[in-house]
Amino acid sequence: MKKEKKMTLTLPQEELIGAGNLACQGCGANLALRYVLKALGQRTILCIPACCWAVIDGGFPHSCADVPIYHCAFETAASTATGVKAGLEMIGDSATTVVAWAGDGGTFDIGLQALSGAAERNDDIIYACYDNEAYMNTGIQRSSATPMGAWTTTTPVKFPKDQPKKDIDAIMAAHNIPYQATASTSYPEDLFKKAKKAKGIRGTKFLHIYAPCPTGWKSRPEDTVKLGRMVVQNGIFPLYEIEGGEKYTQTIKVKDKKPIDDYLKLQGRFRHLKPEAVRGLQEEVDRRYARLLKKFENK
Amino acid sequence: MKKVIMGNHALSYGAMLARTQVIAAYPITPQTQVVELLSEMCADGTLNAKFIKVESEHSAMAACIGASIAGARTFTATSSQGLALMHEMLHWASGGRLPIVMGNINRAMAPGWTIWTDQNDSLSERDTGWLQFYCASNQEVLDTVLQAYKISETLSIPSMVVLDAFALSHTYEVVDIPDQKKVDEFLPPFKPYARVTPDDPHAFDGLTGPEHYMELRYKLQKDMEKVPALVDKTGLEFEKIFGRRLSAVDPYLCDDAEIVLVTSGTAGYTAHVAVDQMREAGLKVGNLRIKMFRPFPFDDCRRILAKTPKIAVVDRNISYGHHGIFSQELKSALYGTGDQAVFSFIAGLGGRDITPESFREVIDTAGRTDRPQEDILWIGVKR
Repeated sequence: MKKEKKMTLTLPQEELIGAGNLACQGCGANLALRYVLKALGQRTILCIPACCWAVIDGGFPHSCADVPIYHCAFETAASTATGVKAGLEMIGDSATTVVAWAGDGGTFDIGLQALSGAAERNDDIIYACYDNEAYMNTGIQRSSATPMGAWTTTTPVKFPKDQPKKDIDAIMAAHNIPYQATASTSYPEDLFKKAKKAKGIRGTKFLHIYAPCPTGWKSRPEDTVKLGRMVVQNGIFPLYEIEGGEKYTQTIKVKDKKPIDDYLKLQGRFRHLKPEAVRGLQEEVDRRYARLLKKFENK
Repeated sequence: MKKVIMGNHALSYGAMLARTQVIAAYPITPQTQVVELLSEMCADGTLNAKFIKVESEHSAMAACIGASIAGARTFTATSSQGLALMHEMLHWASGGRLPIVMGNINRAMAPGWTIWTDQNDSLSERDTGWLQFYCASNQEVLDTVLQAYKISETLSIPSMVVLDAFALSHTYEVVDIPDQKKVDEFLPPFKPYARVTPDDPHAFDGLTGPEHYMELRYKLQKDMEKVPALVDKTGLEFEKIFGRRLSAVDPYLCDDAEIVLVTSGTAGYTAHVAVDQMREAGLKVGNLRIKMFRPFPFDDCRRILAKTPKIAVVDRNISYGHHGIFSQELKSALYGTGDQAVFSFIAGLGGRDITPESFREVIDTAGRTDRPQEDILWIGVKR
């Protein structure tokens, strides 16, 4: 008789994000919050600025989350979360985890000042940025998180984005915060572990979560998980953590770094790129990856 | 306990006696002493509060909003450019129905760079849904902070306590700093009707469609309309405990006056002195100092000015392309109630002095003609 196969669950079964929310098909941001909340648990408050998640949650009076949410202004995820944490402590609640949950525009661009302020003060919050690499909620406009060469509605094919993505992780590392990490929705266990670790540390924690966006990237919804793996394996979005701004640890090792071509081909936003432009992007990825590799202590 | 303190410290003592739990503030001249004293109070334990030293006024208000929705009593203070930077968050605080109390030191808006007083900073925030109280003495500043918390927390509407730069912020006066026990009797701990907590998870201030938004704003207006009665009620309660009455307006010798000055802020006290001098000279003049600007005290103004033939509004502010702002508001309050002539004066912009002589010039001008000859009558401007 054939032996029955047993499935082991690596993540808690409890769902704090309900199905039937307003996310697009194949939304990485939806997966990101789902996994993060599995790690943080119900005793969590989310501060959500203008971003896709301001809508995904569902309009008033509905919410798909079993955790409380304070919807805040675009550039105030960090400062609002700081205030919530201070308010809770003053009324005697030190146990609740306060999370600023923002998109890349709200983090890399308009909310950067408030984030830097909170990080410098080392306010006891988790700041999580789900990065779908453009202003997706307003209709795919470029942000400083948009990769070089990408089409968006404000970087048309005739003049695609000609600056590389802002290195937010280096910026946060320069604040010497106790903990920060990159993560991808296609490595849920890795993301789960990092969120869990962040929860246990006092001070400012920063999670930078790669979250594919089929709507904005012109990719197929069924490729979301694939893209989230490829981007790690080709070195565009390496997964690592930094402690105290200094100790770099790669959490998902890449044995045989892949070229970026196949990753680009799955996304309409890169369709216009000529081979020489792709070569330029590849060189930039290689350069950045090599620079980062030198920092990893677990080589 | 009586103490000689500056207007800015009257704000700090007000926040301390209110047992403010979270303060988030950013420094700006002429507000700095407010937060300096509060940081000392937090550091030495006089005040059990968290002081978040934010990196901008925008973040100051955002942090107050966060702390308030978490259930804590919050305070901040700013001025001029800082208030303007907060503008977006002022809407957030009132729209989110959070009873934050803020001190604003009236400083004129740049450019050119200026630190001196006028009211265009706070009056530019007229339509943000905040209560606004313009104070004329340091005692009134302290007392109003306490009353503002009481009204704000009853109705879930934030309050701005406003004082003139330097003319009050840096002026030292004798202030009765009440006993904490008495203040606790007047102002019980903050009990929010709703707060963000995992114990009862809800989403606040999210996407609100046309089928709901208008009702939220209707309710804000309806609660605004309850403020004048509540100011009277809490003003009387305050008097019972502290012996000082607080009200929305401060009329002086208005009943038989042929011309009534309408004033606000420290200019209102200067006008008081000018009225005494002019009364001695035989002129029948009075002064109506308006303390509460939002909501505008329609009924008080209509009642007090019902039989006044001439009204001379002196504004330390301007709505470009229109008039002085108190003048606009007063005309709107009196519309259809009588045949008063309303003269609109503008004086003292950018910290130029308003003196008893300024008010004599106002009265002379208003006395000369039955109706104003110009839409705006300027006092002390070099043409």
